[in-house]
Amino acid sequence: MSDDQMVTIEVDGRELKAKAGTLLIEVTDAAGISVPRFCYHKKLSVAANCRMCLVEIAKVPKPMPACATPVNQGMQVFTRSPAALAAQKGTMEFLLINHPLDCPICDQGGECELQDIALGYGNDASRFVEGKRVVPKRDIGPLIATDFTRCIHCTRCVRFGAEIAGIRELGATGRGEHVEIGTYIEKSVDSEMSGNIIDICPVGSLTSKPFLYSARAWELVQRKSIAPHDSVGSNINLHVRRNQVMRVHPRDNEEVNECWISDRDRFSYEGLSSVDRLTHPLIRKGDKWIEADWQDALDAAAQGLKKARGTSGNRLGALVSPGSTLEELYLAQKLMRGLGSENIDFRIRQGDFRGEEPAFPWLGQTIAQLDELNAALLVGSNIRKEQPILAHRLRKAALEGADISFITPLELDTNYRATQVVNSPAGMISDLAAVARALGGSGGLIDGAEIGDAHRAIAEQLKSAAKATVLLGNLAVAHPDYSLIQGLASVIAGKSGAVLGYLPEAANSVGARLSGAMPGTGGSNAQEMLSNPHKGYLLMGVEPGLDFWNPAKSMETLGQAEFVVALSAFRSESLEQVADVILPIASFAETSGTYVNAQGEWQSFSGAVAPAGESRPAWKVLRVLGNLLDVAGFNQVSSEDVLAEVRQLAGDMKPENSAVNGIENEALLAGTGLTRIGDVPIYAADPLVRRAAALQKTRDAIKASARLNPNQAKIAGLADGDQAVVKQDKSSAVLQVVIDPAVPDGCVRVPAGLAGTETLGGQIGNVTLEKA
Amino acid sequence: MNVLRDYIKSLFLLELVRGLALTGRYMFKKKFTVQYPEEKAPISPRFRGLHAQRRYASGEERCIACKLCEATCPALAITIEAEPREDGSRRTTRYDIDLFKCIFCGYCQESCPVDAIVETRLYEYHFENREDAIMTKEKLLAMGDRYEQQLAADIAAQARYR
Repeated sequence: MSDDQMVTIEVDGRELKAKAGTLLIEVTDAAGISVPRFCYHKKLSVAANCRMCLVEIAKVPKPMPACATPVNQGMQVFTRSPAALAAQKGTMEFLLINHPLDCPICDQGGECELQDIALGYGNDASRFVEGKRVVPKRDIGPLIATDFTRCIHCTRCVRFGAEIAGIRELGATGRGEHVEIGTYIEKSVDSEMSGNIIDICPVGSLTSKPFLYSARAWELVQRKSIAPHDSVGSNINLHVRRNQVMRVHPRDNEEVNECWISDRDRFSYEGLSSVDRLTHPLIRKGDKWIEADWQDALDAAAQGLKKARGTSGNRLGALVSPGSTLEELYLAQKLMRGLGSENIDFRIRQGDFRGEEPAFPWLGQTIAQLDELNAALLVGSNIRKEQPILAHRLRKAALEGADISFITPLELDTNYRATQVVNSPAGMISDLAAVARALGGSGGLIDGAEIGDAHRAIAEQLKSAAKATVLLGNLAVAHPDYSLIQGLASVIAGKSGAVLGYLPEAANSVGARLSGAMPGTGGSNAQEMLSNPHKGYLLMGVEPGLDFWNPAKSMETLGQAEFVVALSAFRSESLEQVADVILPIASFAETSGTYVNAQGEWQSFSGAVAPAGESRPAWKVLRVLGNLLDVAGFNQVSSEDVLAEVRQLAGDMKPENSAVNGIENEALLAGTGLTRIGDVPIYAADPLVRRAAALQKTRDAIKASARLNPNQAKIAGLADGDQAVVKQDKSSAVLQVVIDPAVPDGCVRVPAGLAGTETLGGQIGNVTLEKA
Repeated sequence: MNVLRDYIKSLFLLELVRGLALTGRYMFKKKFTVQYPEEKAPISPRFRGLHAQRRYASGEERCIACKLCEATCPALAITIEAEPREDGSRRTTRYDIDLFKCIFCGYCQESCPVDAIVETRLYEYHFENREDAIMTKEKLLAMGDRYEQQLAADIAAQARYR
């Protein structure tokens, strides 16, 4: 019988058509017939171990689990017959034997699958008089609270770890009543997607630690939003109580995030109410910051910008965060252009601006298409920590047999079989050139490249695959020879027939280009603005010491400016050092706006709560600034008005990755000496996540440090735990030495975006290291 | 026939006499009047007066912040905030009953799984300021401490009906 043959079955007297071999529970779910279940989950493998979905099937002597029974022609199913109900009620009674009656103190109370189903299938009183099983609580990290006494052994969390997160962090030990879920040995659950086990746990065994005991499901109002941390634009629901975001849940969208979200998207809401939140406009008076009202602050900002501008708009520059909404970015660039300045940029972490940029760089394919890849080459991307949801998609492809390879400056912990070519940042260029040469490319660097077996294998994989892609990640963008990487990658893609794609760093990296927040003709880009002092600056959503490619140089340059106005949701030490006026703006949860994700999809959202204190949505602040500076075209009354203007500006621009060719450029980064690899750790990516308390306690939230492999440490005469002086350009920082075998020879990993690295230079560059 | 009967009844003021007879009987019966406030009427163990929060004999507060009372309150008079206490247990950090909103229906007491929130027999109280009408957690616990004996006895008396 072929798999796509349709069969007709009868469920509770209703005739249903389904593909032969489909699981019965999928058919009943699609038809809206409810069958109780605990262990079945549409995205996980079938375990059939809770036995709650037992149904009666004609001519079958025993009740069968609907989640593990494929449908057959003429099957007659009864989900509510006396025999089926007796089986379900019996199962329920067994499940409740050991389940504690602690619903009043359980966070799952009110949204618990066991509670709901027990109402329909459970008895009023228990016949069980013996002692109940008790399992001690285990600490599995700062994000997830456990109470395994409540566990009903559905093993959804275990299967999630094995099948979705890709690390078997949780497992079941023991037999029968003694089954316990645990981490085998005392350790924490560290997956970047671990929070999803909170959602899939049908009982209160796994609950959110930051949310612990703080609210009940029935108190929360659910509001739709879009996650602001990566370019996936995961669809989320903000759960709000009394004007406060209490927690974040995923919203199903098969095209984007399926039903998962990353921990960064789930737990970053804590930053919204951090002590650093700005609630009043601030004006600098000498060395002091004075809380001002909006009228005075806006006047001061407008006067300051006017004075700094003088007679030429070119004296002003704007640096905006790619995590801002489309509306904010559009108005910021409109303001700058209205003042006669073409200096505006969002590429604050880009290391090289020599190349020609594609007009509308994107992933090169839809997010869902990543599932179907046969081969992929990722350049300078720790995709698991940069874009966890995309990494999950790629992992799905890898499990289906796709050849995934990485050219990376740091050895990655991939959760599937992958080829890794680990080389220093300078070596990455020659690796790419070698792959290009193996594919028959020529010109520039390529001609001199030495082809190794690994390069040849990668070339072969890309060429032979039906669907292949080359993706550029964050460390490629931060590379001082990014234009070369771009050029080589497009040669590789062109010669192998693979799709060239970008893994945009922030929520709106793609949208920022559409909104025009890019330097126009004659305008300075981010690098120029941050190395040649301008008279006046507008900063939006950035912390200069942490969010710029070269923080030391940026701080120095901004410090020389006559006037700096900053729009920021948070107080920040480095911002207070350089700014003259700080205007408090609303966070993503407090403003309406639009993000354009990696696949070029416009996703609008509205505010879920009122802005903190006196802060206001940035688009409103910019609009009023426009009025005060007498710039025309600042009459929008809603963010929809702004969005309509952006749509007009973007027109029918289609995502487009072609253009570029920088292989003739000279490689700036010397391969000699010690090279710094300044990746941005997952929980240091933007000001909001840096203030999310629970995420900062996870193992992924590393402290500023100098990480060397044992070999390199020996050469430098350093040991684990030593203090070392890292010197880069003219500046230096004292950091703790950590031995990290993932770092290649000739390199030191000094992560960027962390407190303690503000005094250092570019994310990738030459450094020296000596014992402090 | 009826007309004649009614005529005779009204002529001899029969209904008036019957009514006065009833009044007369009560004149000689034992009196019910309670001389409030010197005397007080007896109160049922189910009486729903001012609220209190109880403790266990160990001194531990009973309330576990399940928020069922808050959810069931038809007048939305209860406001609760909770977080893990230092020892990890689930406790309220705020438990307010707004007595201006409260309709003394007793649902909070009915819904409480641990007999923490109860209504005492106290019905004589007054406020001099509006804010005094908010029963805070401290006030509720103080009430509970003061009337614990009576409350425990009342709950015990009612146990068989619950």
